[in-house]
Amino acid sequence: MTLLEVRGLGKHFSGLHAVDDVDLDVAAGRITAIIGPNGAGKSTLFNLLAGFYRPTSGSVRFKDRDITGMSPHRTVAHGIARTFQTTNLFEDATVLDNVLSGRIVRSHSTVFDAVLRTPRHRKEERHNLDKAMAALEFTGIAEYRDEIASSVPQEVQKRVSIALALATEPELLLLDEPAAGLTEEETVGFAQLIRNIVADGVTVGLVEHRMSMVMSLADHILVLDHGKEIASGTPETVRTDPQVIEAYLGADHQDQEGAG
Amino acid sequence: MTTTTFSPQRLGTLLVALALLLAPLTLGGEEYVLRVLTVGATYAIAVYGMNLILGLTGQLSLAHGGFFGIGVYIVGLLTTDYDWAFWPSFLVAVLVTGLGGFVAGIVALRTREEYFAIFTMAMGFIIFLVISRWESVTHAHSGVSGVKFPEGFGLFDFSEPVVMYYLVLLFLLGAGYVTHAVRRSGIGRTLVAIRTSEDLARSIGVNVGLNKQLAFAASTTFAGVAGGLFAAVQGFVGPSAASLDLTFEMLMFILVGGLGTVLGPVVGTFLVLFLFEFFQDFEAYRFLVLGPIIVVLVIFAPRGIVGYLNAFVGKLRSRAAGAGNGSGGPPEHRSSDTATDVKETL
Ligand SMILES: Nc1ncnc2c1ncn2[C@@H]1O[C@H](COP(=O)(O)OP(=O)(O)O)[C@@H](O)[C@H]1O
Ligand SMILES: [Mg+2]
Repeated sequence: MTLLEVRGLGKHFSGLHAVDDVDLDVAAGRITAIIGPNGAGKSTLFNLLAGFYRPTSGSVRFKDRDITGMSPHRTVAHGIARTFQTTNLFEDATVLDNVLSGRIVRSHSTVFDAVLRTPRHRKEERHNLDKAMAALEFTGIAEYRDEIASSVPQEVQKRVSIALALATEPELLLLDEPAAGLTEEETVGFAQLIRNIVADGVTVGLVEHRMSMVMSLADHILVLDHGKEIASGTPETVRTDPQVIEAYLGADHQDQEGAG
Repeated sequence: MTTTTFSPQRLGTLLVALALLLAPLTLGGEEYVLRVLTVGATYAIAVYGMNLILGLTGQLSLAHGGFFGIGVYIVGLLTTDYDWAFWPSFLVAVLVTGLGGFVAGIVALRTREEYFAIFTMAMGFIIFLVISRWESVTHAHSGVSGVKFPEGFGLFDFSEPVVMYYLVLLFLLGAGYVTHAVRRSGIGRTLVAIRTSEDLARSIGVNVGLNKQLAFAASTTFAGVAGGLFAAVQGFVGPSAASLDLTFEMLMFILVGGLGTVLGPVVGTFLVLFLFEFFQDFEAYRFLVLGPIIVVLVIFAPRGIVGYLNAFVGKLRSRAAGAGNGSGGPPEHRSSDTATDVKETL
C-alpha cells in the first residue's frame, strides 16, 4: 500500500530549483531513503512533505488525502512526524518534558480542564506520561528522563529527538540525517533503532549520508541531484546506476563512502 | 523525592499566601499601607497576565499597560457617567480586554519577536493617547472620580478597605492558581514549546499562531481584570493608569520576580513596590534608576528571584536523587502524581 504519494513536486527559491519535479511513492511499513550530494534538495523535500515549505508545484497525498501545502500542525495531526538535520530540542527542559511535548498534538483537554483538574484532564495527563515513557523506553533513554536535554550526550539528544517525534504517534516518520556526527558503533545502534521503529508499524523516510547504513536499511531509494531525481529503485539497482556513481564522484565529498 | 507533599516550593507558596492573608491584621489600622498593598495586588494580577505572554510564551507585549487602562476606564466610566453597577461594568471590562486582545493578536502575532514588541508598544501608546485626549468621553486629564465599589449584596461592604483588599487578594490567588495549573498542563507545555523554539513547536504539531493569540488574549484579560479592580480600589483614576510607564514598571516587577514562574509576579511586584515606597523622595528620577536596572536584570539575572530559588531547589533535588539511585537500574514508571511533582516548580 502506498502511504505517501508525491507527484511533480517542486520548490523554487528565487530562481533556484531546490526540488524539481519529483515523484515518489512511499510504501507503508517500509524504509524509503533519499540520498544525494549536499544541496541536492533532500531536506527541502522533507520540509515540503511536512508542510514547512509550500511547494511551488506538484502535489502530496498522504493516506489518500491531499495534503499539499498543509501547515505542519495539521500534517503532524494526520500522522507525519519529522526530525531536523541539526538536532533540535527544547534545550532547557528535561528529557521527559521534551518527549511529553510530543503529546500536545494528541491532547484534547482545554485550559479549563487544566484549571478545574477535570477527570478527563487527569486521565489524559496520565496517558500522556505513559506514552512519553514508552517512547523513552523504546528509544533506550528512559534513564535520562530527568536530565536537562542540553546536558545529555549528543547521541542521547538525537534519540530524544526521535522519541519526541514518536510521541506524536506518527504513521510516517521523516528522519533527516539521524546519524550525522555519530561514531560507527553508535550508527549501528541507530540502524537497529530504525528497524525497531519500522517493526513497530511506523513507515520511515530516511535522509542519510552514510551509504553503508542506507544500503543495509532501505527498501527503496530515491537519488536526488540538483533537486531532480537521477535514479530510484532498490539498493541494488541504485548502487550500480552510472548516473549515481557519477553524481557522487563528481560531488567530491570527504564524508562519502562511495556508492559502489 | 518521597517528601513531595512538602516541597520547598509548596512551603514558599504557603508563606507568601500567609503573609498576604495576615498582612491587614498585623498592620493594625494603617490605612495607607493597606492601600499600597491593595493597589500592589491589582498590579500583581496584571503582572500574572504579562507572565503568560512574556514568561511562558516568550512574546514581549508592551501593550499591557494599555489594556490595564482599558479595564480601568471601562469600569471607571460605566460606573460614573453611565451609572452602571460595578459588577456588570467589570464583566464588560473583562470581555472587552479579552476580545480586544484576541482581535489585536490576529495582527500583532503575524510579526515576530522585536516587531511584536514594537507593534504592541505602538498599540499601547495609541490606547494611552485615546484615553488622555478624547476629552468628551474620557475627560482626558481631569480623570474620572467617584468610581463605585463592588456591590456586596448585603454580605460584604467593599467600601471597607480591608474587605476590598481581600476581594483583590481572591482574584490574585486565582491568577496565581491559573498560572500554576497552566504550567503543569499540556497548555503550559504548548506555550513553553513556542517560547523555546517556534520551528520545533510547529514540527510537533503545535498551532503556533493560534496558541500565541490565545495566550495574548488571556494576558490582556488578566490586565482587564486588574484594571477593573484598580479603578474601584482607587475611586479616582487618570490617564497615567494606561501609560507606557506602567507597562515598564510591570516589566520590571516580572523581571525581578522571575519570568514564567508561579510566584514571580507577586514576589516581584510587592518587592519593587516596597522599594519604590522606600525611595519615594526620588519619584521623579524613578525611571532614571529603573531603566538601567531592567537592562542589568535582563543581562545578568534573567531568571529573577523565584527563578533562581527554583534552580537552587532543583539542584539540591537532583543531587539528592543522584545519591539515592545511582545504581543505574531501569527507572520505573511512576504514577503521574509524583511525575508532575518533579516539575512542580514555582
Ligand atoms: N529556505 C531556503 N531559502 C533559500 N534557499 C534554500 C532554502 N532552503 C534550502 N535552500 C537551497 O536549496 C538547495 C537544497 O538544499 P537542501 O534541501 O538543504 O539540500 P540537502 O538537504 O540535500 O543537503 C540548496 O542549494 C540550498 O541552499
Ligand atoms: Mg539536508
